[in-house]
Amino acid sequence: MDISVRHLAKEFDGFRALNDVSLDIRSGELIALLGPSGSGKTTLLRLIAGLEFPSGGTIRFGQEDASAKSVQERNVGFVFQHYALFKHMSVADNIGFGLSVRPRGTRPSRAEIRRRAEELLELVQLPGLGQRYPAQLSGGQRQRVALARALAIEPRVLLLDEPFGALDAKVRRELRRWLRELHDRTGHTTVFVTHDQDEALELADRVVVMSQGRIEQVGSAADIHDRPASPFVFSFVGSSNILPVEVRGGEIAYRGTVLGRTPDADGPRSLFVRPYDLELVPDGAPGIGGTVSLARRSGGSRIIEIDTPEDGRIELELPADAPGSVGDRIAVRPRRWHLFEAAAGARVTGG
Amino acid sequence: MALEAVHMPAADATSAAPRAPRPVTTEGPLVKWLLTAVALAFLAFFLFLPLVAVFAEAFRNGLDAYFAALVEPDALAAIRLTLIVAAISVPLNLVFGLAAAWAIAKHDFKGKSLLLTLIDLPFSVSPVIAGLVFVLLFGAQGYFQPLVAWTGLKIVFAIPGIVLATVFVTLPFVARELIPLMQEQGTGDEEAAVSLGANGWQTFWRVTLPNVKWALLYGVLLCNARAMGEFGAVSVISGKIRGFTNTMPLQIEILYNEYAFSAAFAVSTLLAGLAFVTLGIKAVLEARYAGDIAATGRGRH
Repeated sequence: MDISVRHLAKEFDGFRALNDVSLDIRSGELIALLGPSGSGKTTLLRLIAGLEFPSGGTIRFGQEDASAKSVQERNVGFVFQHYALFKHMSVADNIGFGLSVRPRGTRPSRAEIRRRAEELLELVQLPGLGQRYPAQLSGGQRQRVALARALAIEPRVLLLDEPFGALDAKVRRELRRWLRELHDRTGHTTVFVTHDQDEALELADRVVVMSQGRIEQVGSAADIHDRPASPFVFSFVGSSNILPVEVRGGEIAYRGTVLGRTPDADGPRSLFVRPYDLELVPDGAPGIGGTVSLARRSGGSRIIEIDTPEDGRIELELPADAPGSVGDRIAVRPRRWHLFEAAAGARVTGG
Repeated sequence: MALEAVHMPAADATSAAPRAPRPVTTEGPLVKWLLTAVALAFLAFFLFLPLVAVFAEAFRNGLDAYFAALVEPDALAAIRLTLIVAAISVPLNLVFGLAAAWAIAKHDFKGKSLLLTLIDLPFSVSPVIAGLVFVLLFGAQGYFQPLVAWTGLKIVFAIPGIVLATVFVTLPFVARELIPLMQEQGTGDEEAAVSLGANGWQTFWRVTLPNVKWALLYGVLLCNARAMGEFGAVSVISGKIRGFTNTMPLQIEILYNEYAFSAAFAVSTLLAGLAFVTLGIKAVLEARYAGDIAATGRGRH
């Protein structure tokens, strides 16, 4: 089911939670809404579900205008952040709930509902747990039951709000992989909300990066990483260093030192660079100089922070065998970088 | 190996401590004993002693006198009236309490805090005033007197008036029991239900109500106990017509004033018994459904 969102806006008591958002979700796609808290990602998800109604704009499911339809009419599968399983019902009754509340004419028989619940338990790899109660399940199992319950109504689209938020790291990684497999198998159009950039970039076909009620960028993981559309996107999807630079005649100069070349027009810019895109330069070669103020080991690499005289700390991620200990003077140079307008850079560093 | 390394220090710590370690939140035996003794003495004097006195007085003249006092026509009429009043006012307050709690906990609207305050009003107003208010409204010189005259329905000094006063006095019980629980539960389950296609009615019966059933039952029990035991408001509006508008508490007072002590205490044992039954049902429910109750949030209150 294609979903097309046009100029969607939502206000809560004068607060603009969502501001002129337009987005096309393709049928069968797994798409992530990524952003910090307050970015409007959950609001967008709830608007698509029909749990909230927009202050402006339209939502279309395929050819049909869903904007004014109730949540029941939209037939969406919604998985809540804390699962919202019905505590007083067994797992099988939870899963069968959506079928059992259908009008008499279209309601399957009890036996059929039971059979469907068992089938879905099989699908989410919890066979035989139908008679348990939610309180008797682990977090990961509850998550799967919530998903099975949402799938039971054969939804046109599957919506998940922070699906792995309440789980510990290991279970989260397992479920992430499992959800991807499940999606590939069932082919539901799926939208999920997350604040975890790794989760979004690893799991989704496309990622929608949101900030302050607006969409900053829509793209694949590679797009987001390699071609960030704004300083916000760059900063949100990984750690970053921001340096004030000057572009003159195609050269990027940092306080008099030329760091590289660019086709950009002349003027002041902010240079954004990832810690792992910085390399050490040999003594005497041009670079960004500073004193090592911190050096620690993290996994397979060394994290080094250097204090520059003018622009504060710069973080580097170097190979584990890289030299440099606290107090050393070293110089570094970016291998890859992104240039943004200087003012925009200031906004990001300020925030 | 790693496991051992973790466990070793803990083993050392326990073997190094000569005394049995005490959880940090408990006190020494003397303090414990003193506190318990104070609490028990207090309970014995204020709760247990009076109850024993009620039963002792009731049976002072023997079992025959006790039963004779209970089957005496006026006493029977009072029992019947009390049951009727409770049977009408408790369901009314059940419906109102549910509706009010639902509105307050699950929705935002103007005047919500006013409604919350109003629900508490019967707790803060003397029951005598509650009775007087209805006399003022429906009595011979009351504001609604024309309406009363037109319908020919007798309200003051009759069952409708007693029911009105009782509903007023017992109004907060169910709502007060439900509001904190429903607020804590939020609207997540309801959202899940509607997203699965349930309409409002199905959501209420299959999700909202089961989530609060224990709190609701407890509220109803308390409401019922109060409805049957209410004295002040009812005494003002009932007119205390023996055999007609006397409820059990009023009947007890009349008997007592007439120095019919053992009869008064005999009827009292019924009300005291009601309290036991209420507490008993509550205890049984809590023991039997402890898991469910904890799961629905009651255990945390």
